[in-house]
Amino acid sequence: MNGVFSFVRLGAILIKEFIQMRRDRITFGMMLGVPLMQLVLFGYAINSDPKALPTALVALSQDHYSRAMVSALETTGYYRIDYVVGSAAEAEGLMASGAVVFVVTIPSDFARRVDRGQYPRILIEADATDPSVASGAISTLGTVASEALLRERGIPASEAKPADRLEVIVHRRYNPEGISQYNIVPGLLGVILQMTMVMMTSIALTRERERGTMENLLAMPASPLEIMLGKVLPYLVVGAVQVAVILGAAKLLFAVPFVGGMGLLLIAVLLFVMALVLLGYTFSTFARTQMQALQLTFFFFLPSILLSGFMFPFRGMPDWAQWLGEIFPLTHFLRIIRAVMLKGADFQAIAFEVAILTGFILIYAAIALLRFRRTLD
Amino acid sequence: MGAEMNAIDVHGLVKRFGEKTVVNQVSMSVKTGEIVGFLGPNGSGKTTTIRIMCGLLTPDEGDGTVLGFDLRTEALKIKREVGYMTQRFSFYEDLTIAENLAFVARLYQLRPVDAYVTRTLDDLGLSSRRNQLAGTLSGGWKQRLALAACIMHKPKLLLLDEPTAGVDPKARRDFWDEIHRLAADGLTVLVSTHYMDEAERCHRISYISYGTMLATGSVADVVRDAGLVTYVIEGPGLERLAGELRGRPGVEQVAPFGATLHVVGSDPAALKAALADVEKRDGMTIARGETSLEDVFIQFMANATDNMQ
Repeated sequence: MNGVFSFVRLGAILIKEFIQMRRDRITFGMMLGVPLMQLVLFGYAINSDPKALPTALVALSQDHYSRAMVSALETTGYYRIDYVVGSAAEAEGLMASGAVVFVVTIPSDFARRVDRGQYPRILIEADATDPSVASGAISTLGTVASEALLRERGIPASEAKPADRLEVIVHRRYNPEGISQYNIVPGLLGVILQMTMVMMTSIALTRERERGTMENLLAMPASPLEIMLGKVLPYLVVGAVQVAVILGAAKLLFAVPFVGGMGLLLIAVLLFVMALVLLGYTFSTFARTQMQALQLTFFFFLPSILLSGFMFPFRGMPDWAQWLGEIFPLTHFLRIIRAVMLKGADFQAIAFEVAILTGFILIYAAIALLRFRRTLD
Repeated sequence: MGAEMNAIDVHGLVKRFGEKTVVNQVSMSVKTGEIVGFLGPNGSGKTTTIRIMCGLLTPDEGDGTVLGFDLRTEALKIKREVGYMTQRFSFYEDLTIAENLAFVARLYQLRPVDAYVTRTLDDLGLSSRRNQLAGTLSGGWKQRLALAACIMHKPKLLLLDEPTAGVDPKARRDFWDEIHRLAADGLTVLVSTHYMDEAERCHRISYISYGTMLATGSVADVVRDAGLVTYVIEGPGLERLAGELRGRPGVEQVAPFGATLHVVGSDPAALKAALADVEKRDGMTIARGETSLEDVFIQFMANATDNMQ
């Protein structure tokens, strides 16, 4: 054979590459796992036109017209009445904490106005922090509800006077102009923090192992807790810089409103970053090489972006996907940051999500400490 | 800790990795202030034994004490008082010399850190290069830095795993002078090595092969106990003669040394008989020679049953 190309030499390299590919189980798993995961998530979980969104009903009167309205809401498929409350204040709290996407208010004089043909109206307040969530629901409701009301009264649609028709008043709360940056930019804070924090700390131990410095570190009197904290705490500083940059840019470049308390936001960010660095550190106790650590990070990163509610409406996913989404710290952080920045939520409203983030911190730290080998066994 | 107490006292250590028994029933005693050489071929279990002693590996069987601390339950106390120098340079190559030393000083809670670092740098003669990255040092300097770092906290026991591999003869000699100086101050040293001249610098040696301790004692003891007889042959055509002698009954080793041929066997009578006709040839002289430590080790290696299969 000539010096430029030989099938034998090509074969030698091909065989070697396949052997190495087979040896690296995690890489092999990634090659099969990632496409499968993407397929399932994109195919089944993601829905950009979410249905059955949680709704609170403020019904100030109980009559057959109100019941007709409720059934009309449910007929559209977009609304799922989870709460029936007696006051606007109660409904406000549910929306601020993210428990409901819509608040439907049927005023006390609704029945009277319907009977007299005096422009009956209902009020729909939509959580517009994610503008895409509510749009389908709002656009469908008007006609469906109006026809339902006329049917209830027995008036054919062709004979209805304008004053007989239902008027649906829509309030887009928190983001009246429906600017999607208001939703995306705070979310990006979570995503960017997640990417850098998990990636950086996932190589914390594997780097020591690969460079051969682990043996020395273990031979010296450092405890697992000291090593863990020593390795993750520096990234809190990195995280702080990122937070400052992103929040500054959010204000200057995108004019994202910031109506909540800064202190509350910083507590949430601190908990979130702590959870992330410990998660990354936990990865590094599983991975054997830096390459594997980065693959684990990527494997985690993809579903967390898709299922956390960052790219696609969380409420639009089927229940199983929502449950899966709950295991990512990002999901909970997004709820907190959107609630605090855009809705001005108080601690009460985010307390539950804060508790969950704290839980993640404890769980990750426990796993990492249990996984950490003090010896080279 | 009593003065008579051994620095290392371990019994029946066994370590398995999967199916493979890497250390098999190894017992070892090292007196305080002793320099003990730990010898054996590659993969014989030296590194594993040393790692067990400094708490980096847990033995599957066996027990013992290091510096009076229990091997199984008091690993952290052992770590505080032992200096362990790994086979591969395992300080941070992307930290400077001074930064590496400061890191070690802080881990051992030595105060003031600067004083320790400065003194160590002065002792090393590296003060002028304190801000040089450790990764840019030559092999000999890396080894000196590693040694300096692991004696900074004044350990009572030094475990050295092939510390002089790949280091030039001058640096090796300096290194051993330092070891002897430290031992004179009461430090106990266990050092693994492949070099025979280094073994001869130890008070005592232990020879391990395929995880089993085969011999232990002073160099003279080990050579004597091996019971080998060595003949030195001089004359023409030694290369051809070597091939001829190999395989003769009684001849166990034939090795050229410069212009001479060393022939070794464990049965004096058989060896003498095997060489009888050579002695009569023209120009050949045969004399009893001194058996070297290397001859003994080659013999050990040839006899050891390979349990790796």
